[in-house]
Amino acid sequence: MDLAYTEEHKAFREEIRSWLADNVPSEPLKTFDTEEGFQQHREWEAKMYEGRWGMITWPEAMGGRGADLIQWLIFEEEYYGARAPLRVNQNGIFLLGPTLMEYGTEEQRQRFLTGMATGKDVWCQAWSEPNAGSDMAAIRAKAELTSDGKHYVLNGQKTWSTRAVWADWCFGMFRTDPESKRHHGLTFVLAPMDLEGITVRPIPQLDGLPGFAEIFFDNVKVPVDCRLGGEGEGWKVAMATAGFERGLMLRSPARFQETARRLVELYKENQQSADRDPSVRDAVLRAYLDAEAYTLTTYQTACRLIKGGKIGAEASTNKIFWSELDQQMHATAMSILGARAELWPHAPDAQGVGTWLDGFLFSQSGPIYAGTNEIQRNIIAERMLGMPRK
Amino acid sequence: MDFTFTEDQLLFQESVSDFLKNEVTPEKIRELWETDTGRSDELWAQLVELGLAGMTVPEEFGGLGMNELDFVLLAQEAGHAALPEPLVHIALVAVPTLTALNNEALSNEWLPKIAEGSAKVVVGLEQNVFVEDAHIADLLLLQNGDEIHALGKDQVELIYNESVDPSRKLYKVNWTPSADTCVASGAEGKAIIDAALNRGALAVAAQALGLAQRMIEISVQYTSERQQFGVAIGTFQAVKHHMANIAYKLEYAKTPVARAAYALVNNLSTVDLNVSHAKFAACEVSDLAAKNCVQVHGAMGYTWEVDLQIFMKKAWAFNNTWGDAAFHKNRVADFVLADNALLGAGNTFLS
Ligand SMILES: Cc1cc2nc3c(=O)[nH]c(=O)nc-3n(C[C@H](O)[C@H](O)[C@H](O)COP(=O)(O)OP(=O)(O)OC[C@H]3O[C@@H](n4cnc5c(N)ncnc54)[C@H](O)[C@@H]3O)c2cc1C
Repeated sequence: MDLAYTEEHKAFREEIRSWLADNVPSEPLKTFDTEEGFQQHREWEAKMYEGRWGMITWPEAMGGRGADLIQWLIFEEEYYGARAPLRVNQNGIFLLGPTLMEYGTEEQRQRFLTGMATGKDVWCQAWSEPNAGSDMAAIRAKAELTSDGKHYVLNGQKTWSTRAVWADWCFGMFRTDPESKRHHGLTFVLAPMDLEGITVRPIPQLDGLPGFAEIFFDNVKVPVDCRLGGEGEGWKVAMATAGFERGLMLRSPARFQETARRLVELYKENQQSADRDPSVRDAVLRAYLDAEAYTLTTYQTACRLIKGGKIGAEASTNKIFWSELDQQMHATAMSILGARAELWPHAPDAQGVGTWLDGFLFSQSGPIYAGTNEIQRNIIAERMLGMPRK
Repeated sequence: MDFTFTEDQLLFQESVSDFLKNEVTPEKIRELWETDTGRSDELWAQLVELGLAGMTVPEEFGGLGMNELDFVLLAQEAGHAALPEPLVHIALVAVPTLTALNNEALSNEWLPKIAEGSAKVVVGLEQNVFVEDAHIADLLLLQNGDEIHALGKDQVELIYNESVDPSRKLYKVNWTPSADTCVASGAEGKAIIDAALNRGALAVAAQALGLAQRMIEISVQYTSERQQFGVAIGTFQAVKHHMANIAYKLEYAKTPVARAAYALVNNLSTVDLNVSHAKFAACEVSDLAAKNCVQVHGAMGYTWEVDLQIFMKKAWAFNNTWGDAAFHKNRVADFVLADNALLGAGNTFLS
């Protein structure tokens, strides 16, 4: 065990720190749940790509730096520390990207990865359906092979697709075998959002902005080379993506460490009123400790992966831990803010509320998306602990 | 940066785990409850044979010269087995404290005996009120303010205090400090006492991880067998989630414990913070394990007969020993709420 950074790591940290200092916009961008903000964030991704900071773990040939996971964690620490913009293309770069590298053909990697990294193609995930939420194996949207074998014809409805309103491409799960049941007979298909027959209907989220959308497919024709992995292998490919999503990449620890740091600041600024409820101090200390614990365990996972290990069912422990931590931290901030907690920052008397309300609202979704925490608990009980299914 | 244990450390853990599984069964523990001392010379001799008693004794005194990081996984296994012998205390707390005194006469007299298994040493700090295993100690290192005193077993009077955990043997020690017995004082004494407290807290934290793991195993097995409504109760989601809640929290207590061991070995400036994090998180998860596991056992969990009690009671006792939650949380607060505290992303691995 050696918990010190190498000289190379330290130099890497300096390099990204100074690039961010020179390049992070001085004014925060508009939220990417608005058209203007989406565009701003796309431009930011292009700038990151120019500096070869877009996706550092990718190979150099794909515009990355071939960085290892420790460097990725360092990058994330500096990125959140610098308050750089959120990643509009996270579903692409963090989820689909690694899956493409594992299951994509050489041709597909060439075709998709660069556009993804530059922000030219922003991706959305089209898995959930009105009747396939937690029960994703109940997917009904269909992909039928044309008689000449050159295209799939997509039909059906997807929903809750994050950033689908302005996204360029989606990666979806469709049933290719009409006779199949559950997770058999599903296929992973990539589709441009501007194809004929695709209709996107925005869904306003709790903050009133269209952060996700329904996607309707009405006889949409996509070439077969847009299939990722084999026909009928969709579930396996999707599980690899879900592994990345829960296991490591989706929520790096830096994000929560920064929230914990801001929470400590908020507490100290309001200590006198906050201490009227002794549980607040306790919650602030826990926030710090849990964000640290999340960091430690993520570093350990990264080290294990570097040594050839794999992410297993313990990825589910991760999903529960960060999402409940995030909820707890924001709830604590709301208690500290007291009567002003409910105010939007633009309200005339909303001094000092910062972005806590936004964060609080979003933290309510953490235990739901990427597989609800109840589902994660089932997975832990059955696959990690070996408890009986039936 | 390498946050993993070495192959050797993992292999050692495995062999100690195998040994404890075979030799320190719940039946054996219950047998020891019925004996006068609650301890077994025979078992101790086996632990000595494996090199465990002298693991942290420096090589020149006949030990293996290993450190806290080498031992921390073994401490976890000792917790998993609810090992009654004071192995973890001796290897992780008493021997390093004795060594840190750097007192030639004491080291020469006691360290070789500890390594060969013919003597035991224990540490008693004011924080704990009671001294564990004082009745089988040949040498006691006792705190008096900033001083440490070394006393032979004939120089102390012991008053037994019965714990809820029949394996724990706690003694109030009556003794009189004198210039003759004082072996460290002032800043030096304080530093050694602080380190001993950190080692004791780490020792308990590591064992608590093992306790939690064992309670999960016992309960998974029980709920897979016990049937109600025509099915195993382990198929019920409420039961599953009780178990999953322990399991996921355990993953986030293990790494703080490993880091605390690392901080001790490497004298990191954050050692107090790191140890307090470990103790707090590990005891919290073993406490949760006790609560959830007794629940999924139904009335069985409330009996003397079911082995769960062996582990559950130790977890309860550990909560308030070597610094209770208040003590450790306040040490965390000293760091977190200080002016200019280095919080936030990128500050986890300060050296
Ligand atoms: C902010 C946000 C962004 C999202 N982005 C995307 C996206 O980009 N792409 C996409 O495809 N999807 C996305 N989703 C959808 C998300 O994956 C689903 O919401 C999630 O899988 C749960 O499905 P559901 O909403 O249908 O809830 P349901 O499945 O109806 O669940 C409702 C409640 O019942 C519980 N429940 C259901 N089944 C079980 C069970 N077996 N055991 C115990 N409890 C159970 C759930 O845990 C939950 O508490 C997003 C969701 C949110 C909130």
